[in-house]
Amino acid sequence: MIFYIACVLLFLIGLYVVISKRNLIKIVIGFSLIEYAVNLFFALVGFKKGALPPIINQTEQVRMGVARNFVDPVPQALVLTAIVIGLSTTALMLSLAFRLYERYKTFDISEIRRLKG
Amino acid sequence: MPGMSLIVRVITGLMSGLLLLYGGYITLHGHLTPGGGFAGGVLIAAALMAVSLAFGSVEQVEKRRYVLSSVLESFGGLWFLILALAGYFVGEFFFRNAGVFFLGRPLELVSGGIIPLANIAIGIKVGAGLFAIFLALGASRFVMKE
Amino acid sequence: MVELYLLLGVMLAAALVASETKNLLAAAVALGMVGFSVAIIFILVQAPDLAIVQIVVEILTVVFFTAVILRTTEIDTTVTGGLKMETSMFIAAFLAFGGLFLSLIIGVLRELPQFGEPLMRVAQEYVQFGLERTGAANVVAAIILDFRGYDTLGEATVLFTAVVGVLTVMRMVSKKKSGGV
Repeated sequence: MIFYIACVLLFLIGLYVVISKRNLIKIVIGFSLIEYAVNLFFALVGFKKGALPPIINQTEQVRMGVARNFVDPVPQALVLTAIVIGLSTTALMLSLAFRLYERYKTFDISEIRRLKG
Repeated sequence: MPGMSLIVRVITGLMSGLLLLYGGYITLHGHLTPGGGFAGGVLIAAALMAVSLAFGSVEQVEKRRYVLSSVLESFGGLWFLILALAGYFVGEFFFRNAGVFFLGRPLELVSGGIIPLANIAIGIKVGAGLFAIFLALGASRFVMKE
Repeated sequence: MVELYLLLGVMLAAALVASETKNLLAAAVALGMVGFSVAIIFILVQAPDLAIVQIVVEILTVVFFTAVILRTTEIDTTVTGGLKMETSMFIAAFLAFGGLFLSLIIGVLRELPQFGEPLMRVAQEYVQFGLERTGAANVVAAIILDFRGYDTLGEATVLFTAVVGVLTVMRMVSKKKSGGV
């Protein structure tokens, strides 16, 4: 329970950064924090006490159809692709921020709004 | 010659081959050990980035790398789609594995049918795509200015 | 489980540093600290696949942030020394909102299975018959590329779109100026 609450706290910190900071790079960092919080929550939900990673490697486990003591592999599979997608979307946001800086010479979003309608 | 200091260049020359090898290993063994196409592709991209940051590059070379990596990225995506469509053309459903591809014996390198092939496709796609992003963001250009 | 508590504490502290520091490079490094703590937590909760991906992705995230920050500016001009009136009022409002959010979400979290005892209704099938049906020893790889291949195809499409977006955005202006990449 306390671990889930820590995830929610990380999510709240990310949300705070996104809605309160006026610096574009800080906003991108906030989005990354939210993404980590969600990924971590998924990984924690799938954890099982005293279980092994979901990889079959011992020879006695190769038999078909036995019940194996593994952690839940489904959330891990969902998160695995999401991590790489998060990196590419972060790069997209960064490139947009870079273009805005090149044009307005500032990362401050209130300045950007004031300069050109 | 642009680039970083001699120490960084020597160390990068020693490390980058091993990094590429490790990325390829992780991609090819994705169905047996932890890892897979995503991790291997990002590692390959990291190795290429290390080389291009340490040794620097001129604009012509960078342009060629950029075109090549965008082509490879599309190629990886196309390969993945063709693998998925293969089951459809054989007469089964989309993403069919058993019966269309060779499953092999468990815990061997050539096993798992579609999975290692798709891992290679994803590795190429992710590695080339992230390297293209890196070139577009122009990180190596900053080092060249020094 | 002591190390899990410690890592979560480090993660939250680094997140606070990333949000409040004046230097943007320091903020990027603090973000990297959060990501590496998450990677070590992935190892502790028996997810080696995720840990490998998270470590290399975190390195590239910091590289991308550094690339952009070095080409622009590293001082966050919006952070001022003193605490202004409207900022403190905003923080108070956000704390109230956060408290409400937490109290609501704790009721939701109670409905979830206890930490360390997942339901695994779907996963049981994958774990038992994954090797037989796909021939892959890594159950996670079997899920992302065989049982849930549609998901991965969709994610590959999103990745492709993001890469095309970055290339388009970064080429737009420089074509006019110098014709470079």
